[in-house]
Amino acid sequence: MIKPTLYAKWVSLVFAAFVLAACSSNDTKEAEAAATAAEEQAAQEAAAQEAEQQAQVKAQQGREAAAANVGTVFYFEFDSSSLTEDARAQVDAHIQALLGNNDSVRLEGHTDERGTREYNLALGERRANAVRDYMVANGLPSYRVETISYGEENPVAYGSGETNWQQNRRVELK
Amino acid sequence: MLIRRMSILALLFFASNLHAELQIEINQGLDNPTPIAVVPFGWQGLGAAPEDVAQIIDSDLVRSGQFAPVSRRDMLSYPTREAEMYFRDWRAISAEYVLIGQVTLGTQIRIDFQLFDTTRQMAIDSGTVTGPVTELRMLSHRVSDAVYERLTGISGAFATRLLYVSVMRNPNAKDFYRLTLADSDGQRPIVLLEGRDPILSPTWSPDGQEVAYVSFETSRPAIYRQNLRTGAREQLTNFQGLNNSPAWSPDGNTMALVLSKDGNPDIYLLDLTTRALTRLTRHFAIDTEPTWMPDGKSLLFTSDRGGRPQIYRYDLRTKKIQRITFEGAFNARARVAQDGRNVALVHQRDGRYHIAVLDLVTDRLTVLTETSLDESPSIAPNGSVVLYATKRGQDSILAAVAVDGGVRFSLPAREGSVQEPAWSPYVTP
Repeated sequence: MIKPTLYAKWVSLVFAAFVLAACSSNDTKEAEAAATAAEEQAAQEAAAQEAEQQAQVKAQQGREAAAANVGTVFYFEFDSSSLTEDARAQVDAHIQALLGNNDSVRLEGHTDERGTREYNLALGERRANAVRDYMVANGLPSYRVETISYGEENPVAYGSGETNWQQNRRVELK
Repeated sequence: MLIRRMSILALLFFASNLHAELQIEINQGLDNPTPIAVVPFGWQGLGAAPEDVAQIIDSDLVRSGQFAPVSRRDMLSYPTREAEMYFRDWRAISAEYVLIGQVTLGTQIRIDFQLFDTTRQMAIDSGTVTGPVTELRMLSHRVSDAVYERLTGISGAFATRLLYVSVMRNPNAKDFYRLTLADSDGQRPIVLLEGRDPILSPTWSPDGQEVAYVSFETSRPAIYRQNLRTGAREQLTNFQGLNNSPAWSPDGNTMALVLSKDGNPDIYLLDLTTRALTRLTRHFAIDTEPTWMPDGKSLLFTSDRGGRPQIYRYDLRTKKIQRITFEGAFNARARVAQDGRNVALVHQRDGRYHIAVLDLVTDRLTVLTETSLDESPSIAPNGSVVLYATKRGQDSILAAVAVDGGVRFSLPAREGSVQEPAWSPYVTP
């Protein structure tokens, strides 16, 4: 993002030099004034651009901080691949951050231990795909989103019962 | 890598007396098990006998739940040939049957055995099994099979092997996975593959010479086949999305599997010779867990096309799909017995997941287990026992139940979780 600024400066300088060289001795003062004016204008433009960029960087930093703040784990209901309201709000924050950078993400789908392993692999994929589809529908190019399912193989909470299970029904953004 | 794995394999094959990873506990036997005395076998060879053959056979018969052992301490004599048999010695300790025999070491190893009925006071069976010296344990299991069949009328399934996945949970790092091959009694475990990436869905080729499984070692799931004799290993699939549930056709030429490369999980057939891929199901639902009917003419699979997971049958000739389970809101991962009649599956009832058997002739569904997180049923090649995984505390353990519900035993691991058992077909040692 620094390049356009340098380029603008360079163009304005070349332009000033050209103006100077083209001038006759009689026009020197006028030309000098014109050159100074051009330089000033270029400097102002550059400063404005820089300020705008800094604002953009700051805004993006804010969006990325917001995304980090909501966490990278989205939870699901039993045997469901629909995004809950909470999960949608979380994914929204990540979409906003991702639209402002070029990062690629990997979505890992997981399930709790109930049901069969192969079915759970499919269910985990469905969850990861649900997050991916939502991201793509909201403007993120699909090539930047990779999905994989681990089914019930990588629990966060070992042991049985809903308190453990609800922690394991998830999609992790990496 | 391959050479290293093979050398480890070879080492393990010849290291005898390896501790079994699994212990066997009988939870429920028959009310009136038949008392049988398995007398210590004679040994003709250099040094001491490498294995206690009688002990192996005794454990097999006890594990079936249908026999009561007679302790060696109670035996009044240790005959190894018919001339040494005195029936009164055995009637005195209420042994209904007596098995004697001897082991002879030559270029190969041979077991001769004889089975006596103490009530009728006569030999009712005799036989000889011969094989490589390293396979004495498997030969002993073949004697168990012969005795079991003679006394129950059902083929034994002791001379078979198991595949299973064990997992060491590690809360601070990645879990550790191991695919193990062991004899049907859990002895002689051999590690086929291990690492920090999940291993799933181990399954047997119909000739028992190869296994297939899913490994995440490339950071994505892929299906592999591995030859047990040579150690040769080959990656069969590497598609975008799911690559899982490999199932060899009964003729060994085709593998059914699940891919989601076309959008969502569907059943495909992979021709193992031409590598041609045929898509069987086209549905936006989850179609998974294919398994073959023994005649190879149709497959069963799990689908939630009706809203909840149920078992469906795909007819390869007519290409018609027919739902076959109707009881309960969840029926999944079918495995069909060799007779083509009994289907073991995971059945949900009151929020609990049990192993059940569906009789395809009467359409009767019978729940076999009382535990609540049962999965991965695998039927013994003789059709009489279903091996499965269940939870005990935080760990998964293997357990088994007779198809008629009469006998139960569990096979907890010494450490870690054990899951996804796959019972081998009959193999010739």
